[in-house]
Formats: sequence, C-alpha cells, structure tokens
Amino acid sequence: MTTSSQENDWAVWMRAAMTGDAGAYRQLLVSVAPHVRAVARSRCRRLGAPESEAEDVVQEVLLTIHLKRRTWDQSRPIGPWVAAITRNKLIDVLRRRGRRVSVPIEEVMDSLQAEDQTSELSAHEIDTLLGHLKAQQREIVKSISLNGNSIRETADRLQMTEGAIRVALHRALKTLGALYRSNVRED
Amino acid sequence: MFVKTDDLIDLLAQDSAPTWRLRSLLAMALAVGIIIAAILFFVGIGFRPDISEAVRSNRFLFKFVVTVSLAVTAIWVTLSVGRPGGSLAHRGLALAIAPALLACATVVELLVLPENQWMPRLVGHNARFCLTLIPLLSIGPLACLLAALREGAPSSPGLAGAVAGLAASGIAATFYAANCTDDSALFVITWYPIAILIVTTAGYLIGSKLLRW
Repeated sequence: MTTSSQENDWAVWMRAAMTGDAGAYRQLLVSVAPHVRAVARSRCRRLGAPESEAEDVVQEVLLTIHLKRRTWDQSRPIGPWVAAITRNKLIDVLRRRGRRVSVPIEEVMDSLQAEDQTSELSAHEIDTLLGHLKAQQREIVKSISLNGNSIRETADRLQMTEGAIRVALHRALKTLGALYRSNVRED
Repeated sequence: MFVKTDDLIDLLAQDSAPTWRLRSLLAMALAVGIIIAAILFFVGIGFRPDISEAVRSNRFLFKFVVTVSLAVTAIWVTLSVGRPGGSLAHRGLALAIAPALLACATVVELLVLPENQWMPRLVGHNARFCLTLIPLLSIGPLACLLAALREGAPSSPGLAGAVAGLAASGIAATFYAANCTDDSALFVITWYPIAILIVTTAGYLIGSKLLRW
C-alpha cells in the first residue's frame, strides 16, 4: 500500500486539479504512474505477458483517472479509488489480449508501491489508436504530447484559438477512452 | 497508445479544466427527472378526486413515507455504486428501510382489519394502473440518472443501473400514490413491488450495457 503521506499528496493535488490547477494535476499523474506501473508489471510478469502490455495498462489507467476524476469522493481516501480503477483496467486490457484473469483488489492495494522505470511501446501501437482520431485532433495530440508544445504554441501553429484547442483536446481524449472500450467489447 | 507514458501525462495535464463532480451531476439528473415525472403526472393523471379528504388519512400519507424513503435511500446508494470500487457493502443496507417500513405497516393493517376485508383491500381497484403508470412515470427519472451515471464509473454497471431503477421507481411511485385510491398497505405491498421490479430490471439491463467504462 502507498504511504499515507503520499496519499495525502495525491488528495491535495487532485483537489487542486479539480478546480483547474494544471501544475498540481501533472504532479499527481507523475506520482501515480509508477505505482500503477508496479502493479501492472507484477501482474503481467505472473501471466507471462510482455512488458509493453504493462505500459499499456499504465496509460489506460492514467487516461481513465483523467476522464473519470469527477468520481473521486473527496471525503474518502484517494488510494482505494486509484486501486479500483487500476484493477478494472488491468482486467480489461488483459482480457482484450485474450487472457483469463481475476485480480483480487487486496493484491492491487498491497502492491501499489513505487517502481520507477518506464518502458516504451512500439510505434505501431500508437498509430493504431491515434489513427482513429480526426486529422485535426491527431495533429493537436501530437503537437502537445510528442512535440511538447503548449496549448498556446499549438494554437499559434494551427491558427486556432486556445479555447478551440482545449475543446478539441478534450474531445480527442474522450474518443481515445471510447476506443479502448470498444476494443474490449469486440471480443 | 503513446511511445512514452510521459507524453500522455503532458497531454492529460493540458486538459485540466474544472469538472463537475459526480454528486452535482446526479443532483441535476434527479431534479430534471422529477420535473419530467411531474409534468407527466399533472398532464396525464393528476391527483385523485378526493385528495382534500385523503390527506387527512394516515393510510394515504403512509404511502409517501414508503415511496419517498425508497427514492431517498436509492439515490444515496446510487452515489456510492456509481464510483470505482463502490458496492452495496458501503450503503446497501439503507435499501432495506423502505421495505421494512412497508412490512410494519402491513402487519398493523392485518391486525386492525377484519379478516374478510383482507382480500378486497389487497386486490384493490387500480392494480393495472399501478403496474403501468409507475413504470411509465419512471422513464424520465431513469433516463436522467443513467445519463449522469455514464459520467460516473461504476465497478458493477448492472448494479448501478438497477439501483438507479430503484430510485426512479421511488420517484414514480411517489407521484402515482397521489393518484391511486387504494391506500391499504396490503395493496401497496402486493402491487408496488411488481412495478418497481420491472423498472429495476430495466435499469439493470440498460446499465450493464450503457454504464461500462
């Protein structure tokens, strides 16, 4: 389980994030990622799944935390909330890859401990998902994530307003979340 | 999805506009759902003709104690099962309140009514209306609650849909009870649960499809 001081940090950052504090939000995601990675890796190792699958879980969990952040009840601890999302997505991703899985929540809670190396996904994985986005959304996503531009720089480059960029980015992220879900349903 | 997870984090951090909390979304869905049911009620069926006398009857008033407590407890439980990790373990017991109240009233009714009155009161005059109007009145509230829950993340989508169905039928039954002239607990405990079961089953089926995330 995570230390309580760390969970306190997460809760503080998430509260700030819910009011629109991008810096706090970034800190939260950066801090949560290694914990999710540790859980995903130990689970994938046990099932003999490749490391890239674990990183896939990490990214899907982060995206879900993002899209569903409104569901954290601020009067409750945030650790179990993260653990529940991790468990849910772990099952989804592994099932999608045709593995039979059951993931006890206690185990997720127990092994939410830091392990800090990232692994990279193959270029092919990226293209399959981002390829489903509208051209403009894909352009915005690539500009911000791969090229590291800010919203403002992206707006200047694409000759759009910052507001329009924000709306398009939000839609793109929702679409990515939906794409993951439809992948699950196909099988 | 991305070569580096840090790239994704950069992306997510940029989309950090303040969001509505699930609680607020459900509150809004509840309000809109009640308004829809109210419009349907006043346009379609309205109060029973003898409403001014009825409000002095304990039997009539007790129907609302039961239906309102069903609606309130079910909404409260929806708030919990609509979140990741939510289950009936946290608040599920609250759902026993409305049935327990109704069971007590039924016992009292059996004690005070002469035995030859039991069957006529149980059968009543409005069973068919009860079974159709409660599901009809609950469509609006159920649709609104499910729409709000789509923004949630229930660990068990079917369960969340079913509990939303209970809440919606609690609202619908509250309106219907103001129209129905059968006030005996024997009638209520026989027919209302069937109508509520229909709505709850619909909620379960729709929820297990619609509320995945």
